Parts: sequence; C-alpha cells; structure tokens
Amino acid sequence: MKLSVARTATRDAPGRLGPLWTFLFRYGPPRWTEYVLRNWSGQRLVIGVPYLWLLLFFLVPFLIVLKISFAEFSPLGRPPYEPVFRWLEEGAVQVKLLIGSYVYLLNEPLYVSSWLYSIKVAFFSTIFCLMLGYPMAYAIARSSPTYRNVFLMLIILPFWTSFLLRVYAWIGLLKNDGVINNMLMAVGVIDEPIAMMNTSFAVYIGIVYSYLPFMILPLYSNLEKHDLTLLEAASDLGAGPVKAFMRITLPQSMPGIVAGSLLVFIPAVGEYVIPSLLGSSDQLMIARLLSDEFFLNRDWPKASAVAIAMLLLLVVPIMIFQRFQNKELEAQKR
Amino acid sequence: MKTQGLFSRTMLAFGFVFLYVPIISMIVYSFNDSRSVTVWNSVTSPTLKWYGRLFGDDQILSAAWLSIKVAAMSASGAVVLGTLAGLVLSRFGPFKGRALLQGLTTAPLVMPEVITGLSMLLLFVSLEQLLRAAFGWQFDRGVTTITIAHITFTMAYVTVVVQSRLASFDDSLEEAALDLGARPARVFFRITVPLILPAILSGWLLAFTLSWDDLVVTQFVSGPGSNTLPMVIFSRVRLGVSPVVNALASLMVLVVALGVILSAVLMRRQEQRRKREEQMAAAG
Repeated sequence: MKLSVARTATRDAPGRLGPLWTFLFRYGPPRWTEYVLRNWSGQRLVIGVPYLWLLLFFLVPFLIVLKISFAEFSPLGRPPYEPVFRWLEEGAVQVKLLIGSYVYLLNEPLYVSSWLYSIKVAFFSTIFCLMLGYPMAYAIARSSPTYRNVFLMLIILPFWTSFLLRVYAWIGLLKNDGVINNMLMAVGVIDEPIAMMNTSFAVYIGIVYSYLPFMILPLYSNLEKHDLTLLEAASDLGAGPVKAFMRITLPQSMPGIVAGSLLVFIPAVGEYVIPSLLGSSDQLMIARLLSDEFFLNRDWPKASAVAIAMLLLLVVPIMIFQRFQNKELEAQKR
Repeated sequence: MKTQGLFSRTMLAFGFVFLYVPIISMIVYSFNDSRSVTVWNSVTSPTLKWYGRLFGDDQILSAAWLSIKVAAMSASGAVVLGTLAGLVLSRFGPFKGRALLQGLTTAPLVMPEVITGLSMLLLFVSLEQLLRAAFGWQFDRGVTTITIAHITFTMAYVTVVVQSRLASFDDSLEEAALDLGARPARVFFRITVPLILPAILSGWLLAFTLSWDDLVVTQFVSGPGSNTLPMVIFSRVRLGVSPVVNALASLMVLVVALGVILSAVLMRRQEQRRKREEQMAAAG
C-alpha cells in the first residue's frame, strides 16, 4: 500500500507532457520511467535523438576502427582478426595491442608512394580548381542579377546529376578512340591518338571537374558580399586594377579560398571512384589500397590502420574547415 | 578593371565549356547507333535503340527501384534527424556537449567516403556479433544497413542547410508564441517548421540526391543481393563504355535539368508575387 501512495504523489509531476505520458506513467513500470520523465524534459529528448544517432553511427564506428587497427590479422578467422580484448577466467581483461599494421604502412614502399601520390594529386587538383574557380566565381559575383542566377544554376546543375556518371562521361572523351582524339586526328593536329585514359592527367581532369562546384560556391558567397566602394576608393587614390585586386579583393576573399580549398582537398585525398575509373593501375591512390586491403586481402587490421592514418593526416584540415564553417554561421546570425 | 573583367569572363566561359562538354557529348552519343560509343554512325543515327534496351534491362531497372526506395527512406530519416540537430545547434544555446555535436555534424561533410564506409561496416559487423551473442538474433546486411549509413552521412548536409536558414532570422516569433502560452512542441510545428520549410525541402532533395548517387559507402555496407544503381553502373563501366549507360545518364540529366529549371521558375514567380504585394502594401 505504501508504494501506491508514493506513486500517487509523483503522478502529476510529468503532467505537462500530455495524457499519453501520464497514462504510461501510471501503469508502466514505475522506477525508470519515473526517473526519465522527471529528468528528461522535451528539450533533452530533442537534443538526445540526433546526438545518440551520431554517437552510435559516427563516433563509435571510429573507435571500432581504431580498435581493429591494433588487432592481429588472422586470415581464416570470421571476422578475420584476433580479439583485442579477451576476458580471462580470473575476471581480468587481457588487452593485446599490435602496432604491426602501422609499422607496415610506414615501411612498405607501395604504401609510402601512394600516400605521397594521393597528397600530390589532391594538392594540385585544389590549385587547379582554385585557378579556374576563382575567376569564375568572380565573374558570377560581378555580373548583373539576372545573369547571376542563371550562371549559379548552371554551376549547381551538374552537382545534382550523378557524380559517377559525370566521371564516366570523361571516359568517352579521353579514350584512345574517344571524342577528343578523333577530333584532333580529323583536324590533322595529331597522327596518332594521345594516350590520356589511365593516366594522372585523366585523374586531375576528373577531380577538378567533379569538385569545381565545391570551390566556386563558397568563393561566390564570399565575393558577392564585398563592398565595391573600397575598390573605387583605391582607384581614386591611384591604385591600378592589379594592385587594387591584390590589396583589397584577394585578402577579403581569403575565407572563401580556404573553405573552398578544404572542400576540395580533403575529399580528394580519399578519392576512390575517379582514380578507379580514369587512373592507371600502376599508381594507386590511398583509398584504393584501403579498399583492396579490405575486400581482396580481407586484412581488416591493415585497412583500419590505413583509415586511421588517413584520418590523422586529415584531422588538421578538417578542424580548420569546421572552424570556418562555425564562423560563417556566426556571421550569418549578425 | 576592364582587363580583369575580361579575363574572369573568359574563364567563366571556358569553365562552362569544361563543365558541359562531357555531359553534352554523353547525351549525343546515347543516340548513336554504333556499339562503340565514340564512333558516330551517321547512316542509322540518331536512334532510340539504347533507350529501348535500357527499359528492357531488368538489372538496371530493379537496381534503380532499390535506389529510389533507399534514397527516399534515407532522405526522410536524414531530414528528421538533421532538422532536430540544426534546431538544437542554433536555438538551444550553450549546453554540455554542444561543441561535440557541432563537430559530429560537420565532420561527415568532408570525411573521405572510404573511411565512413569502412567504419560503418565494422560497426555493423560488431553489432551482428553482439546481437548474436546476446540474443541469438541474426541480421543480414542489406537495405537496412545501407539506409542507416546513408542517413548518417546525409543528415550532416540537412543540418547545415537548416542551421543556416535558422541563423538567417531571429527567434522573436518563436519567443512571442512561447510568451502567449504555446507549448514548445506546438511552437516548433506551427512557427519554426513553416519558416524553415524551404530549407527542409532542399535538405530532403539534397539528401535524396546524395544517397541516390552514393557508391563507396554503399559498397561497404551492402549485403549480397542488394545492388543499388551506382553499384550496377560502376561494375558495367569498369568493363568499358556502354551505350545503355549513356542513355540512362541522359535521362537522369533530363530529369535533373527539368527539376532545377522548374524550381527556379517557381522561386522567381514567388519572389515577383512578394514584390508586388509589397508594392501594393506600400501604395495602399
């Protein structure tokens, strides 16, 4: 009887959550629902749902990858690695961490060269994107409003179509009997087809082509906000267009340049589809090695170690990107 | 200024050529009669032969249907979670763990796909082991795991879109409703949601497109028998160019172009109506 009195006393506490909750509260299992309803206001629930999802499906997976990267590879196991944590009979936990996979990554020439190659490709693709994207964004930001919307639509439109198919489109252009070679031979510029498919050139083309909108859009949204009277003032004071650009426009557009470059560089380091379709099989990028290690060799510890190493390499650029993203949002508020 | 304008305009023109030549050439060759995609057969072309083949291709059609289902489910899930995350980040003020949540929502935007794919797969494998050991449950990787993975990486985009929309107006309307005694949930559905509806819609479309298009993450987390459209395309394209893929790509470009143009026209019409109403209000 005592228990029921205690229950009546707290019965009305969560009343503002509505009749359903009151019902559940009255007839549901008492202890934990009571706790949850009293301490979890609606606000906490709203925070909790996306939070839990991201913790479970984004953060925890990385911890698992980290764990497996230290495990021992056992080719015949299912899953193919030895457990890292093992419960011993005395109630103790045995922890077995191996750094073999990491040592391998540092010593194997194939890995070292594909790391360097990935970084090189990502770096120069970013530069090319910037060189092409900056003038484009500039021209769009300075054009009349009617044209501006059309131009922006034309930039965004390829972005909505399939990435895979846009990369595929280049195969038809770059092949030995592809459109470009056929045209050049028909005009008579060349007698023999230029080998463009399965080269680094094709990989650069593919990456610049696919990531160009990611460079243009942040640059555009930065350039559009510039105060043009500053340029007039500079020209009144005798600065030439080049000087005015270098001293005023360029420094002001740095946030856009950084954001756009990171949006190209970070995914480009880990690019898988473009080098698989357009690149050569002699020089692999790091994402391809990861996927081969995982799917072909079934060496999960090594694939995990590659992923962790890639993450360590990219963590600084990713943090910089996040800071810029937050600043941008703060600036919008004001 | 003159020369600079000229230079940037030339680059703009060049950039558009660069962006559209591959797409246009792909569309043109989808009407080519010859099997070799790149040699134009001028006797019997243009032809709709490959479009006919496309609609008789059961593998592509069933993969496309699966992709549509997965994309619609993922986009809907991502919109719910992403809107909540965007709301929390822009309206709930500082709370414990806010920085972590912000980090968790922006990281998937730039995370290389192989890392996301690998980590998701390893999670699912661990969950499988755990559920089998604890409850004897057995689950196969397939549509469910693909959808969960897609929700996770697309909700980041929805969050960003919703967050920046919420940041563009202040919370005075919401506060007024709260002052008048409306419950927070009611305020959310009656005030906040209608205000951010454009962001929610574009977030849904964005999530749908990203999910529909994803190859790498899907390859990791899919199971036997659940092949999405990008997986089928990828395996065909690796064997060489195929005119059927050209036809498929052309249809997709057509749908996207119609959608983008339609939405632009609708937005413009709305803008004009708003302007007219403003003028009338000012005059009257």
